[in-house]
Amino acid sequence: MEVPILKQGPYLIASIQSALSDADLVQLRDALVEQVGRLRSRGVIVDVTALDVMDSFATRTLRDITFMIRLRGAETVIVGIQPDVAFTMVQLGLKLEGVPTALDLEEGIAFLREKAAGPNKEANPRGR
Amino acid sequence: MDHETREARTTFGTSHQMSQPTAELLRQLVAHLRQNRTQLREEWARRITEAKLLTAMTKEEIFAEATSVYDNYVEALETGTFEALQAYARNLSERIIPRGVETHEVVGIVLLLRDVLARSLFAKYQNDFALLNRILDAYEPAANRIANTVAVGFVQERERVIREQQEAIRVLSTPVLQVRERLLILPIIGVIDPQRARQLTEQLLRGIRTNRAKVVVIDITGVPVMDANVANNLVQTVEATRLLGATVIITGLSPEIAQTLVTIGVDLGKMNTVGDLQGGIEEAERLLGYKVVPLAETSELRT
Amino acid sequence: MDGERDPIDAPVQAEGSMSSGKDRVLEEVAVQIHSDTDIVAARQKGRLLAASLGFSSSELTLIATAISELARNIVLYAKQGEIVLRLCERGDRRGVMVRARDQGPGIPDIRRALQGGFSTSRSLGLGLPGVRRLMDEFEIESRVGYGTTVTARKWRR
Repeated sequence: MEVPILKQGPYLIASIQSALSDADLVQLRDALVEQVGRLRSRGVIVDVTALDVMDSFATRTLRDITFMIRLRGAETVIVGIQPDVAFTMVQLGLKLEGVPTALDLEEGIAFLREKAAGPNKEANPRGR
Repeated sequence: MDHETREARTTFGTSHQMSQPTAELLRQLVAHLRQNRTQLREEWARRITEAKLLTAMTKEEIFAEATSVYDNYVEALETGTFEALQAYARNLSERIIPRGVETHEVVGIVLLLRDVLARSLFAKYQNDFALLNRILDAYEPAANRIANTVAVGFVQERERVIREQQEAIRVLSTPVLQVRERLLILPIIGVIDPQRARQLTEQLLRGIRTNRAKVVVIDITGVPVMDANVANNLVQTVEATRLLGATVIITGLSPEIAQTLVTIGVDLGKMNTVGDLQGGIEEAERLLGYKVVPLAETSELRT
Repeated sequence: MDGERDPIDAPVQAEGSMSSGKDRVLEEVAVQIHSDTDIVAARQKGRLLAASLGFSSSELTLIATAISELARNIVLYAKQGEIVLRLCERGDRRGVMVRARDQGPGIPDIRRALQGGFSTSRSLGLGLPGVRRLMDEFEIESRVGYGTTVTARKWRR
């Protein structure tokens, strides 16, 4: 199942619609990396609102996406992690360390804008 | 013993399984108990008061309940079925538990009734020892089962009430407060057990989502002690909050709890901690970009 | 692997004993695990089954995630196996049982597997301590050269 990736100005938004198999996640990763390069995007938002389970593979892939896209000079933010899912993740020890997160699409875009504005502006210390 | 067990088994199947002699004996027994209902009931109520049981209830209330229990008791003896008795026991428990009646009192009064009835049987059949024995053989297992049914019904109801109350306390004592836009405060008071910690976390995470909070201040000034498990839960709560894009500020961290956190391997340097709740709120406002200015000034608030 | 019985390969029962003998089975379904798409199927079935017992939404997520991890272990290490999902009753409690069974290579050092957690660069870890944290009961039996069975249960509060 392919995840739709939309271009919104300098940003790419990938909205996950339903449960993704491991292969789907890898495909998403590759598609995002390719498009960021081709379209010279400055940021990527991955919306996981519809994911009812985030297991070790999903977590690792999201981290891979973040790091690979950073190598291309763009920032990634994961938005929409459900409360239940967040709770389960921390109990399993999946922390998404080094991966910025935000509550929803709106917050995600605000984060990317702040990031783009530079380190001089007082920004929220997220993604710690 | 064998004889008694066999009788017990036949008595507590359905009526038509009862052996003839046992059925007949039970009939006699029940008839006797019905005939002497008034007198036996009064004696029972008297002994309840003497034994200082059901002190939470008035004499009239005791008598009224005694009547119901007695009738249900005899009914159970007669039919050998216990559904009605169980239902009655639950119903009774529901009524008397809020009055503060304790388990030992309920067990006590049922045993007293069993006693009162047994003694009256002794009195009636004292001239025919063999018959008395057979009557008691029929009576005892039934009476014991009744006592058990009532006691268990009471205890189960009590446990259910306690669980409900604990749940209510948990929910009430962990409010997630929204004091400013995008800012939540979670004051934790008292000793936390793992289950409560779990509930706290779930409530907080849902609150973050509902209120679109960006900063959460968790105040643990009111938490006297925290073991490693709960400290772990706190750390997990902080991590889960971050996954929802919010920042956590912990206030009221006592030196003892700080030590516990360090012991379980938490890097306090990475945790955002402030001395007290007021300071925490101020820090939160700073993070959110709020600037509290005197009304006279008209500087722009950063959005 | 040949069938040599090396004393070192003796089965290790690391966590409690199989107490399932006392449990009454209310419903059971088995999901064959061959590929990563089966992982999703197994956890969705598990979620549905557990939902019928009235587990809370967060508990359902815990259960589904545990199933996902166990099923993934099968795909990664044994290539194929099955996940048995069972609704059971023990006394007056009802719960869900998840059993991940495979005839893969087995785990050489269960003790160590149960100690570690997820590390950020986990590639060979099994995530078993995590699954154990999520569920109420956890049992594992593994024998090198024969296979692994992980059984986990969660009871309704």
